[in-house]
Amino acid sequence: MSVYAPQLETGSPPTSKRGRRSSPWTWRWRDRLVLACAWTAGLGLCAIAAAIVLYMGYRGIEYLRPGLLFTRPAIGQSQSQTGGILDPLIGTALLTLIGIGLAFPLAVACAVWIAEYGRPSWLARVVESSIEIVAGTPDIVLALFGLSIFQLGLFAPLSFRAEGGGVYGRSFVAAGAMMSLIALPPLFAATRDGLQAVPEHMREAAFALGKTRIATIRRVLLGSVRSNIATGVTLGVSRIIGDTAIVLLLLGETLHIETQGPVPVVDLLRGTGSTLTSYVYDNSPAGEGAAPQKAYAAAFVLLVFVLGLNLLVERIGRSRPAPSPLTGR
Amino acid sequence: MDNMLDIEALSAQEEVPPVRTIVLDRPPVPVAPPVRERNPLREPAPSTAGPERLRVSDLSIAYAGVPAVKSVSLSIHQGEVLALIGPSGCGKTTLLRTLNRLTELTPSAARSGRVLLDGQDIHELVDTTLRSRVAMVFQQPNPFPMSIFDNVAFALREQSRKRPRRRELEPLVIDALRRAGLYEEVCHDLDRPALRLSGGQQQRLCIARAIAPRPEVLLMDEPCSALDPISTGVIEELIGELRRELAVVIVTHNLAQARRVADKVAFMYLGDLIEYGTADEVFTQPRAARTRDYVQGTFG
Repeated sequence: MSVYAPQLETGSPPTSKRGRRSSPWTWRWRDRLVLACAWTAGLGLCAIAAAIVLYMGYRGIEYLRPGLLFTRPAIGQSQSQTGGILDPLIGTALLTLIGIGLAFPLAVACAVWIAEYGRPSWLARVVESSIEIVAGTPDIVLALFGLSIFQLGLFAPLSFRAEGGGVYGRSFVAAGAMMSLIALPPLFAATRDGLQAVPEHMREAAFALGKTRIATIRRVLLGSVRSNIATGVTLGVSRIIGDTAIVLLLLGETLHIETQGPVPVVDLLRGTGSTLTSYVYDNSPAGEGAAPQKAYAAAFVLLVFVLGLNLLVERIGRSRPAPSPLTGR
Repeated sequence: MDNMLDIEALSAQEEVPPVRTIVLDRPPVPVAPPVRERNPLREPAPSTAGPERLRVSDLSIAYAGVPAVKSVSLSIHQGEVLALIGPSGCGKTTLLRTLNRLTELTPSAARSGRVLLDGQDIHELVDTTLRSRVAMVFQQPNPFPMSIFDNVAFALREQSRKRPRRRELEPLVIDALRRAGLYEEVCHDLDRPALRLSGGQQQRLCIARAIAPRPEVLLMDEPCSALDPISTGVIEELIGELRRELAVVIVTHNLAQARRVADKVAFMYLGDLIEYGTADEVFTQPRAARTRDYVQGTFG
């Protein structure tokens, strides 16, 4: 069955592939110019990313030995005497652990309160803008702020002491506390967005089973946003291990992990140390320049960690179940 | 599509006036679902009205001053299916959600009148206790993101103070799944994530979850409107089974479904309860002109 209809002049390009009008070569020159710029920008960024990874890989792998990862750094005249990067690796891991350990309960609790209670609303707005302010503060400012806090006599037990008793304000606890502020905003945002995306009937279903609000949050809602929380944690970790300023000011950037006091675990938390970032800084030509080749190797290790975490974020994001419960997969 | 393009090309060559042919698609041939054998248990459909479970007297609900339900009085008996029908926005879902006090979650909702569960005002009960006695199934299948077992066990678990063990819960969970007609399909792996089930299975899981704590009343808010005809048939059959042990209130837009499953029908219009009676009466000899127009499809 067919009918005749007057042909309408439409501006949209035809859908057929053989239509020559869809080729960019017939576009107006301004459109073509913009298209070319877009292509150049995209390809340029790919080239820059490839250059970073390939060059750091080339320089890093050259000096990366298995032994490098498992020997402690040392002071030496030549590069062969300066040891490995074991202490910075441990420092990075410990600092990440402390930072996430402090940020996780804070961020998740804040996100649950904002998404599930959020009353009075002016207070919710204040809390959200406070977190935005923390997120926007440069890390060097956070570090300076942390230094001035932890140098107070009140917090003296938490940090490294000089021989005479002066408070340095430098320790794993002090650096970890400021690192938690770095990791908190992405973790908070991921959890809050996840909770806000849970459909309302999911909450009502739990209420309709005679569940209290707290049981609903604990068992149903936190269960549904597990992948969001995992994404947030991963983002937070990658920000912590990439941060330098806080390490320089608050961790003391000592060559070895130095403990403080007699109690086994507490001495470590009160002690000072370094991380991969500060190790790279110290050994690069910009720092003391003692071992630039080891700086490249450490930088490569750092890059691999961060890239791995980013891949993990994407993997988690893709494996998230479909938002519609109807599709079922 | 090809046909259209050829004619277009032709007309361009011969410079005829710009006229093109639109080939209309043939209307889709509806694929009829296979005719289901009627469940012989349901066939006689005796209306075995049991004791009165819920009594709604002079109930009015308003959202921010706008009335949604206007002084409705009803009674709901065990062993009966009550269908609430009416056009969109007539207050039937609001009425349903008031029966287990879910409307209270909307801050702007105001209520007057009483709802009695076994002679006791539901607003004197603790809300969690009430909701485990008056269970609810929603329009969208909404299993929780946990295993099939945990979905049902979650409903049972926090009723008791101490955490019961899996061994103690297992018979109760299996019983609930069996009553919801889902056990045979999932028995090989109860630890599968519930979100892997099909839509109809998910909805039956939600029913299993709702009936697991042995409620007295089951509220259903358009439980089949998101499902295919086959799953709908399965669930309708299930409703027929379930009404032996509890009172069922179902909101539906589907008049044919109301006719199939309901023993009593309440027709609401703009917040008023226009007609309330047995399904036969309401569908064949309605008293109000409005009801007759609605069930005959004159408006809706």
